[in-house]
Amino acid sequence: MRSIGLNAWFGQKQALKDINISIQANAVTAIIGPSGCGKSTFIRTLNRMHELTPGAKLSGQILLDGKNIYDSDTDPVMIRRRVGMVFQKPNPFPTMSIYDNVAAGLKLTGTKRGKNMDEVVRRSLERATLWEEVKDDLKKPGTSISGGQQQRLCIARAIALQPEVILMDEPCSALDPIATAKIEELVVQLKEEYTVVIVTHNMQQAARVSDFTAFMYLGQLIEFGDTTSVFENPRSELTEKYITGKFG
Amino acid sequence: MMNSYGFRRFKNRFFFVLCMVCVIVAVVPLLSILFEVIARGASQINWKFLTENSLLGGIGPAIQGTLIIIGLTSVVGIPIGVLSGVYLAEFGQNKYASVLRTISDVLTEFPSIVVGITAFSVIIVGVTKTYSPLAGAFALSFILIPIVARTTEESLKLVPNSSREAALALGAHKWRSTISVVLPSARSGLVTGTLLAVSRIAGETAPLLFTILGNNYFFQGFNQPMDALPLRIFSNSRQPSPELQAQAWGAALILILIVLALNVGVRLASRGKLRG
Repeated sequence: MRSIGLNAWFGQKQALKDINISIQANAVTAIIGPSGCGKSTFIRTLNRMHELTPGAKLSGQILLDGKNIYDSDTDPVMIRRRVGMVFQKPNPFPTMSIYDNVAAGLKLTGTKRGKNMDEVVRRSLERATLWEEVKDDLKKPGTSISGGQQQRLCIARAIALQPEVILMDEPCSALDPIATAKIEELVVQLKEEYTVVIVTHNMQQAARVSDFTAFMYLGQLIEFGDTTSVFENPRSELTEKYITGKFG
Repeated sequence: MMNSYGFRRFKNRFFFVLCMVCVIVAVVPLLSILFEVIARGASQINWKFLTENSLLGGIGPAIQGTLIIIGLTSVVGIPIGVLSGVYLAEFGQNKYASVLRTISDVLTEFPSIVVGITAFSVIIVGVTKTYSPLAGAFALSFILIPIVARTTEESLKLVPNSSREAALALGAHKWRSTISVVLPSARSGLVTGTLLAVSRIAGETAPLLFTILGNNYFFQGFNQPMDALPLRIFSNSRQPSPELQAQAWGAALILILIVLALNVGVRLASRGKLRG
């Protein structure tokens, strides 16, 4: 995916200023930066969720496989099926069982129930490393499992649709360290099949899981490069200050 | 130090007692109504009373009429109300929706007798030319729809946005997300609101006075007057005959029982599905 000249506003307030970034396929790209720098706003432009906020505006292009997702003839709903999202606070559907949660993506987009569904659910839960823990409890409510398991359930739900890109908005910030570690492991595995963009407040996490890192500040992209260079040899002074904890 | 602690304990206890007294004051009228109705009406209840028409001393037509009028109003009013509530909650961030909301609120406060007269002049004089259960349902729906719409809206607003976002992020269309995720999550609120509205219209008298009038016989067609429990209670209670008045008490008891059965029945049927 690529963004070209991306600007975004909430009403009069400009949240993103001329973002130009290339997200490499089958790799993990981390977006770091202090609170309010526009990380979440940016990631939400990638699956056209930004425009759902009343008063939200946007200019520029975002290319997915070379085609601008904001073309006037492109259906945002189709984009969201190719670019999945996992949110900060795990949000399994409360009225659905674990099985139905994973199948939700398919059911909500019109796929009928069938034997195939069982396969897809099982595969998705396995990829999300949740299968072993819930395989006997598939009919239990989606909210009856622990926070870390719920987040993996949300990841399984996103994977079930076979997206090309998975966006993760601070997926571990509501979880304990052990659950966090499990999900970080999962993220690294996911890049074999998917492109992952992960927003994180936690620099150590970015350093651990990502191949590329982007540092944002006040709506601008300050620095972008492979993770090792950005952390060990930042080009910008601002980046260095943030990484060494002098602010943010 | 000890003094102020003792005083605080006293204040605590005083407040607690005050609240208890208020609860009792609030509940006593309710209980006394129940007792009165049961005491005076229970003796009337027998099979003949429940099934015969009123010339033979029964309230069969009234029971049937109440059930018919509730049914007619609900069949049309509940879907309209729920869909309006869905619109207001999910798509209603604009001025048009604000106006709709205000009108809806005003309608719920409308004196029901005004609703009755309006229905009379619009439907009966204007359209059917006779008393009609359809006019009655029309009038009652003016009361039912705003209540259902507002309670639906409030219930839907209680569904956390995270559920909507999750559904949309999966690539669901908004209508699909609303039907398959948001509405089921709000189910218990919707049921409560609808039951409240139906219970309310079950007891409305004034609109029915002007639209279905009352009848001694069972349902005779959509262009004929029809009986209903509130009407039967009203007309019987004004007769000098003690027998008729006793029947009014019996009818009152039946009305309360119907509303109670409706509430309990729906709750039992939805038990276990109201999660979330």
